[in-house]
Amino acid sequence: MTMLLHQLAFEQRTFWRSREAAVFIFVFPLLLYALLGSVYSGEIEGEPAVDVLLAGLFGYGAMNTAFGGLAIILVGRREIGVLKRLRSTPLPPGTYIAAVFVSWLVVFALEAVGLVALGTLAFDASTPANWLGFAGAIVLGVACFAGMGVGAASLIRSAEGVSAVVNVIVLPMAFLSGSFGPTDEYPGFLQAIADVLPLKYFIDVVNGVYLDGESLFADPKALGIVGAWGAAGLAIALRRFSWMPRESR
Amino acid sequence: MYLADMSSAIVVRDLRKSYDGVEALRGVSFEVEEGEVFGLLGPNGAGKTTTVEILEGYRRRDAGEVSVLGHDPGEAPRALRERIGVVLQHSETPHSLTVREAHRLFAGYYTHPRDVDEVIELVGLAEKRNARVKTLSGGQKRRLDLGVALVGDPDLVFLDEPTTGFDPAARRSAWEMIRSLRSLGKTILLTTHYLDEAQQLADRVAVIRAGRIVRLGTPAELIGDTRTTEIRFRRDGQLVVVETEDPTRVLHDLTAEALAAGRELEQLEVRRPTLEDVYLELVDDEGTAAE
Repeated sequence: MTMLLHQLAFEQRTFWRSREAAVFIFVFPLLLYALLGSVYSGEIEGEPAVDVLLAGLFGYGAMNTAFGGLAIILVGRREIGVLKRLRSTPLPPGTYIAAVFVSWLVVFALEAVGLVALGTLAFDASTPANWLGFAGAIVLGVACFAGMGVGAASLIRSAEGVSAVVNVIVLPMAFLSGSFGPTDEYPGFLQAIADVLPLKYFIDVVNGVYLDGESLFADPKALGIVGAWGAAGLAIALRRFSWMPRESR
Repeated sequence: MYLADMSSAIVVRDLRKSYDGVEALRGVSFEVEEGEVFGLLGPNGAGKTTTVEILEGYRRRDAGEVSVLGHDPGEAPRALRERIGVVLQHSETPHSLTVREAHRLFAGYYTHPRDVDEVIELVGLAEKRNARVKTLSGGQKRRLDLGVALVGDPDLVFLDEPTTGFDPAARRSAWEMIRSLRSLGKTILLTTHYLDEAQQLADRVAVIRAGRIVRLGTPAELIGDTRTTEIRFRRDGQLVVVETEDPTRVLHDLTAEALAAGRELEQLEVRRPTLEDVYLELVDDEGTAAE
């Protein structure tokens, strides 16, 4: 436990110190919300637009943080030998993974607080109807997308390519899944793609707890799809994750 | 089952490892005594790093017996990782940390770490203790690697090519540091492809070539293995090299002859082979013999 906190403190320090990462990962969703919230007005599907966007950007933020940020940092650390070096210390691998996970949870929880604060203060958006469910959604989002993030990190070969790969996945998925606005007008095949990806379902879950005050477990199908994607990422990681830089395997 | 006698920090018996059917190690055996600086010397691709990475617990062996401080590194037990320090050839410390924070980070992984500031002092980074890792020079980064490897107060330190890419001054100061580790009673396993480094630092050297140890002994023994002495001089501007196992008589004859003829043996040199000569000879011989 002491070692977990020790590692967590270090993870937090390095995250906030590396300004590019902090800006890209933490500030970007807030910035997008500020922009989109100013552009859209009125209602989307019968709900206030600022509320729907808040849920959408919450989903985008979860993915950007726990999937994108985690994959970028893990691949970077692997390729410069940081992970390899850690493996020869007494730090248990499980403790390391736990510290990394909790660290992203902290980052995303702050992100979520930032989004809610921005929404309520600037756009008069609603506050979460079910606070406990909202907190649960934060954990669910980080768990699912962190699982996918570790899986992606196991497949991505080079530190140079990782940002590009991550963005090619995150931005289209967020766009298709309604993070940046309603998708009813999208062509059917784009909607069909979104139907098999996890982000849309995650946003549905968030909408449920945030706007309708539903329980986190109100939509088992959505939860199941989100969980399955996280589990698939984790399964890839269990088979393919390496602590060694690619060149020295 | 461990055959190690108590004073051996490392025992390796008939170690074998293949990658995709290519044999990287073809039966390597050696022992490293406690408190010894042991050099694993060989050209790139000879199997040095593979051997060390098996001992460090990074790679699994195909066959053979290995004991590191009484543990099987293949199981990478935590008790073993508490007692070893590792300096890898290519590894970096997170750039945004300061020197002191990096040491504190690693100190936190061990049950009985050394005092962080003492270690920073030891590796000569006291003036840089609050500098960010990314601002350090190449040599300073290697000192940092050494510092974080020492902060857990290990009994055994692995140094994989610790001075590759150093300028001469940085190398000498790294050597000083390694000698000071030895005086602390640490066992050190050093890999290098620099002969002078092995000669300067190692109590014993194993020369490894194409996955086999081709010679093992103290640097003096390795040189002593070849009995030839080389006598060089110039006659009418032409270099004459005489290799002999009987230098006293040959030199006597040469000087007597020159004195009688009233000539000078210009640029006369009598030299014993250096470790480098022996090494090149070994690596060459084995190379042509193997192919």
